[in-house]
Amino acid sequence: MGAAKFWIVSFVVSVAFLILTRWLITNEYYFFAAYQVLQFIVLATAWNILGGYTGYTNFGTGAFFAVGAYSAVVLHKLTSLPVPVMMLIGGVMSGIIGFGMGYLTLRLKGVFFAIATLALAIVAQTLIVNWDYVGGARGVYVIRPQHAPISGSYVQYLYSLMLALTWVSVAIARTIERSQLGLGFNAIRDDELAAETAGVPTLRLKLIATTLSGALMGMSGAPLPYYVTYLDPASSFNLSYAVNSVAMPMIGGMTSWIGPIVGAVLLGTIQQLATVTISSALNLLIVGVLLIVFVIIAPNGIVGLVQSRWRARIR
Amino acid sequence: MAEPILEVSGLGKRFGGFVALENINIMVETGERLGLIGPNGSGKSTLVNCLSGTLHHDSGNVAFDGRRIDGMPAYRRTRLGLARSFQLPKPFRSLTLVDNLRIPLLYTVNARHGAHLSNAEIGERCRALLADVGLADKARRLPRDLTQVEMRKLELARAVASAPRLLFADEAMAGLSPSEVEEILVVLFRLNEQGITIVLIEHIMRAVMSFSTRLVVLVAGQKIADGAPQEAIRNPEVERAYLGE
Amino acid sequence: MFSLDLAVNAIVAGILLGGFYAAVTIGVTISFGMLDIVNIAHPAFIMLGSFVAYIVNSNFGFDPILIGVVMAPVFFLVGMGVYQIYYYAFERRGEESIQGLAFFFGLLFVGEVALILVFGVDYRFVEAPYIGPSLHFGFVDLPLRMLIPCLVSLLMLAVLQLFLGRTFIGRAILAVSQDRLALQLMAANPSRVKRIAFGISIATASVAGALLIIIQPVEPSIGRDYIGRIFAICVLGGMTSFPGMLAGAMLIGIVESITATFYGPSWAPAVAFGFLLLTLAWRPAGILGR
Repeated sequence: MGAAKFWIVSFVVSVAFLILTRWLITNEYYFFAAYQVLQFIVLATAWNILGGYTGYTNFGTGAFFAVGAYSAVVLHKLTSLPVPVMMLIGGVMSGIIGFGMGYLTLRLKGVFFAIATLALAIVAQTLIVNWDYVGGARGVYVIRPQHAPISGSYVQYLYSLMLALTWVSVAIARTIERSQLGLGFNAIRDDELAAETAGVPTLRLKLIATTLSGALMGMSGAPLPYYVTYLDPASSFNLSYAVNSVAMPMIGGMTSWIGPIVGAVLLGTIQQLATVTISSALNLLIVGVLLIVFVIIAPNGIVGLVQSRWRARIR
Repeated sequence: MAEPILEVSGLGKRFGGFVALENINIMVETGERLGLIGPNGSGKSTLVNCLSGTLHHDSGNVAFDGRRIDGMPAYRRTRLGLARSFQLPKPFRSLTLVDNLRIPLLYTVNARHGAHLSNAEIGERCRALLADVGLADKARRLPRDLTQVEMRKLELARAVASAPRLLFADEAMAGLSPSEVEEILVVLFRLNEQGITIVLIEHIMRAVMSFSTRLVVLVAGQKIADGAPQEAIRNPEVERAYLGE
Repeated sequence: MFSLDLAVNAIVAGILLGGFYAAVTIGVTISFGMLDIVNIAHPAFIMLGSFVAYIVNSNFGFDPILIGVVMAPVFFLVGMGVYQIYYYAFERRGEESIQGLAFFFGLLFVGEVALILVFGVDYRFVEAPYIGPSLHFGFVDLPLRMLIPCLVSLLMLAVLQLFLGRTFIGRAILAVSQDRLALQLMAANPSRVKRIAFGISIATASVAGALLIIIQPVEPSIGRDYIGRIFAICVLGGMTSFPGMLAGAMLIGIVESITATFYGPSWAPAVAFGFLLLTLAWRPAGILGR
């Protein structure tokens, strides 16, 4: 299926899904939970562009996500811009951070890059903690508007926006995957030196990957203040975002756009169930354990397992 | 006399306190087959790395086609027409052989001014390049299905895919059997006939002597001989370097 | 407000802190600097060491440092076990990079959450006679709860340095870190040597954890602050050199201490990480050339 066709088909599927869920489901909790899962799909997909396609592991997801969220807080205080615009601006801010981080650290190989991203996340968190305008360590309260721009509750509105972002992210990921850019990313992942020697402008492509990945993460964070109504650095920069955005593509499969979706839906749903039934600390334990287990026994993720079963059956 | 395709003047490279290359002066004439030899650790690979842009030299300058390329990143040198193959083959492991060749075609050939290859033309050229090195039947396979000599051929094919004017073949025959060495030599001779200047870095003396029109000898980071192959190896310093005192 | 005795005390505290940081980093210098294993879960083992010291100290009253040393062999065995898993899953397959990193990342996280589940998020502390009193030299204060860990840390460093230089296994470890192939030719199994080395690196975490809980009360998420510090010091120190690492640890300790004293403790975590970023940004050649 060509790129344009995929965009259209996935758009239709997304709209159909949106209409069906909003028409049939009355339990408000579904929209709360689904928002989280969709957010994870975006984070996992965004992470995978830099991690799975290009081979650079980013542990600083929390930073990009929180920059998007806090951009929205600042905009909320200063203006009354609609949420979609805040998402775009949040995306731009995080994209700039992604570019800057890339420029500083992309000469580093593998491990050092990953550590640098972790360092960046902590530095960003420290800056926010010390910035009183957005509440500092105490956090900030954001009042969720009474009325949504479209019919239904405000949470349903946020859910719709996140679904739209999910559609965009997934379509972007697949388009990259089948394009010259994606081939260049793969070459960098497989052997960066050989790629550079073959004519691939590796620094430029890596910067594209970090900027795009960061921007999408920022966009997914922008609606967060309205969703949680209380935002503080400890929760928005939480390392759980980093673990999840690493675990979901790894468990789902890093080589295709489907992997992050599978991983996010699976892990996201498990976590939602665990939070409700057991405790929220335990669900993070589950993610960590699953990550370790999958990384050991199924390094290519669920998609990889399915692919090798399929290939075995053909032979 | 045509202008040399590559002019290296006073090139030096050090790693901390260790001097890997010192005052290297080499001219490569267009169309020639230059052999570059020297004992292990003499700096041959460092020189190739500096010239291809993988490393940056500390002193001296390099001109390709009359144009200074100091400090130019590797991908731009490749686009200018300076290609290299790696001593230990570095294929793109998750890509098929066809896609391995597609990368230089997309990112080098198509990135140059002038004719833009369509997808179909790229596909054809990939297959033609694979056929040239006898790998046409493995086009859709992954590099891990290749034998040693096939990997070497893929490595060369990928370097050639970028349509270079000058190719550094870095120890493309190390560890191969005599008949396999012959196979690689045949490929290199054919490339040279097609107009590609080749610098062959090798240890296998038989191959170097039969292939090269000129020989450069490197010992301990310095050039100690430069001339016709038969004369160069009779140079007493070269003998001393290889056979010891 | 700048004042001389405040500044001097900050520097002294920084030196003592730096000495302690060396204990925290020595394990990673071995596992990452020498063995090329990116154990970013090292802070989790240190936290485990702290909590073990806490349990034994609060139930039986033993000295925390004693506990740390006594428990070190147990940690050694745990470290060997972790290496075995790492070896079978990744090193043997040659897929060390991203999967191995994810493995340790998962381990770091599982460790922290497990501690939260068992101990909760409250701060825990230990009791010992030297926590509280300080030595005084003029206007310079030397709190014993910082001086003693610093001295113990330096002692541990010296012991390890001797071990690596003088014993057969120690020299085998140094050999592995420099040339795996040569070691195989010498008929020593590199993975066996690496297993022992990794075990030692985790054993240091037992002592480091005990020292940590002497210096300050701990709760499970403190480990995260140490990831950046540890790697910053390791990189600053040139990866494999003990003296270099000690110098790096002192530098970070002093800068952190001055920052905390004059700008407030909430800025301190950024210092180490900021240092790390700067180091990585400005010294890539030294790191890549390794």
